[in-house]
Amino acid sequence: MSIFLDRETRVIVQGITGKMARFHTREMIDYGTNVVGGVVPGKGGETCEGVPVFNTVKEAVEATGAQASLVFVPPPAAADSIMEAADAGIQYCVCITDGIPAQDMIRVKRYMYRYPKERRMILTGPNCAGTISPGKAMLGIMPGHIYMQGHVGIIGRSGTLGYEAAAQLKELGLGVSTSVGIGGDPINGSSFRDVLEHFQNDDDTHAICLIGEIGGPQEAEAADYIREHVTKPVVAYIAGLTAPKGRTMGHAGAIISAFGESASEKVEILSAAGITMAENPAVIGQTIARVLQ
Amino acid sequence: MDIHEYQAKELLSKFGVGIPTGALAYSPEQAAYRAREMGGDRWVVKAQVHAGGRGKAGGVKVCSSDTEIQDVTENMFGQKLVTHQTGPEGKGIYRVYVEAAVPILREIYLGFVLDRASQRVMIVASGEGGMEIEEISAEKPDSIVRAAIEPAVGLREFQAREIAFALGIKPGLVQQMVRTLMGCYRAFRDLDATMVEINPLVVTSDDRILALDAKMTFDNNALFRHPQISELRDKSQEDPRESRAADRGLSYVGLEGNIGCIVNGAGLAMATMDTIKLAGGEPANFLDIGGGATPERVAKAFRLVMSDKNVQAILVNIFAGINRCDWVAEGVVKALRDEPVDVPVVVRLAGTNVEEGQKILAQSGLPLIRATTLMEAAERAVAAWRADTKQNPNLRAV
Repeated sequence: MSIFLDRETRVIVQGITGKMARFHTREMIDYGTNVVGGVVPGKGGETCEGVPVFNTVKEAVEATGAQASLVFVPPPAAADSIMEAADAGIQYCVCITDGIPAQDMIRVKRYMYRYPKERRMILTGPNCAGTISPGKAMLGIMPGHIYMQGHVGIIGRSGTLGYEAAAQLKELGLGVSTSVGIGGDPINGSSFRDVLEHFQNDDDTHAICLIGEIGGPQEAEAADYIREHVTKPVVAYIAGLTAPKGRTMGHAGAIISAFGESASEKVEILSAAGITMAENPAVIGQTIARVLQ
Repeated sequence: MDIHEYQAKELLSKFGVGIPTGALAYSPEQAAYRAREMGGDRWVVKAQVHAGGRGKAGGVKVCSSDTEIQDVTENMFGQKLVTHQTGPEGKGIYRVYVEAAVPILREIYLGFVLDRASQRVMIVASGEGGMEIEEISAEKPDSIVRAAIEPAVGLREFQAREIAFALGIKPGLVQQMVRTLMGCYRAFRDLDATMVEINPLVVTSDDRILALDAKMTFDNNALFRHPQISELRDKSQEDPRESRAADRGLSYVGLEGNIGCIVNGAGLAMATMDTIKLAGGEPANFLDIGGGATPERVAKAFRLVMSDKNVQAILVNIFAGINRCDWVAEGVVKALRDEPVDVPVVVRLAGTNVEEGQKILAQSGLPLIRATTLMEAAERAVAAWRADTKQNPNLRAV
């Protein structure tokens, strides 16, 4: 098992004909992902990277039985595309787009809550590298070959730090069940807490690696949730100990604007919840290896 | 993106928020003239800089004649105002706002923020105005009134009334308070703000509710649909290096240290800074060159990092995924051949084709210091910086 995504998951790509989307669709197909189509309004009937293109997500779902979608649409239209996926019955959506207005994301989340829980789409991202279940499928822009199949679940706000963790694990002969990027934006589809719940319930995941950073309340929420509900070992790393207050560090959400949002405060909160901290990014892999022994 | 107080007031007033009569000036003569034009016998002269804490720093003065305004503003224009929010270098004063003084009865704090926990726009208000919100939450937490706004229907009048009554606004002024709250919310929503702060919002003895100060911050990601807000950008208030970086599509934040960083990915860039600190050095900057890490971007990044005269060593840390290490290595070599730098450069590559990448760096003949892990890279950068400053104490000294 893995979470969100496996070999059979039928995937569509929204915005498939764009240059970057095409490239990554090819990478995903080569990795073994079951890509069944794409959606670009006005290009229905065409073929792209060997899969059919549809005008709307609804048509794509009807024709292919698509369950998951990757949104590769530019910022002005991305929120609309996520809502279209939610309305068409897509179960899992990853949005890669960086630069979606925060208030658009507030509306997206409000819109998703129109649907009863059993029909509500799960969204991860935006502004993330995507999700990969190594050896099975990937929905995103990550280099698939740096991940080895195994039993560590990774959740991270940063894409490249997630790669760093996966590469360190592989070096130590450890693999990953699923790696989920929740993205660097202030308003995101799923929080650490949301994804932790899935990993806790996944038999294939034996340990969880959480990669956080400055800004926002989600690491503290995760600490509470782990203390109450997670029985698996958790290792966490928080980036941004040297980040100044009140400055946006690349990610729109990486800004210390309130109490408890600095890296040192987050480290303190997570440690107090009994979570093992990796003290620097170079030891994430070995810290996980240690808790797995 | 931040804007000036007078700009925020102009915007909010279009949405029905009351503001005192005021006028902008670009010179002491203009400030005095505009006060005469406005009339009255007491004015407040306010330096327009993108920072809070202006009053305590001497950027806000009460004057009772036009000659006094001229004198006061002569000491403001062209000066740097240093407040607790500007850092030691301060922010330049090039515009001054002259406002008619108003008879204040009481002061209220009013803020609209993007609340990340509830994922809603949240109103934060307190009857203890004039203090900063951090002080209010520390000293008078019970005075704070909060309300989350449901995005499907927006702020409702009943919520605005609840806040007005909770703040103890007298019944005859509640409707005016509701109009103020609704106006702020509509401005926040329609202009894609991330913060609207009125501190203080005052009730005057002649029964008016006025924004005495106003601060607005906008969502950079939403500027594409608000060209009229982009026009309000004032580059004189930004760090010139950061403006240059932003104009080139790079994400850069200048810091105080001497080890320059060139990294791909925001999280990895922060982690690199942290590791430098752990190794005993101080990072000179945050810089995320993005996933692409093309040779052009690497070259731009070197130019940008070297424009900081404090930089005495550079650490390049690239995790190459889709872009292979050999390609990134070629970019680094080309950038340094075209424009050599006079400080030690440590390069750490990881990911796809790392061996070929290392080989290209080794065979380039450039005096590059190579590293395998992030910790090793940070240690070598710190060691190189120490050795370099020892051998050449005057090298790039400030």
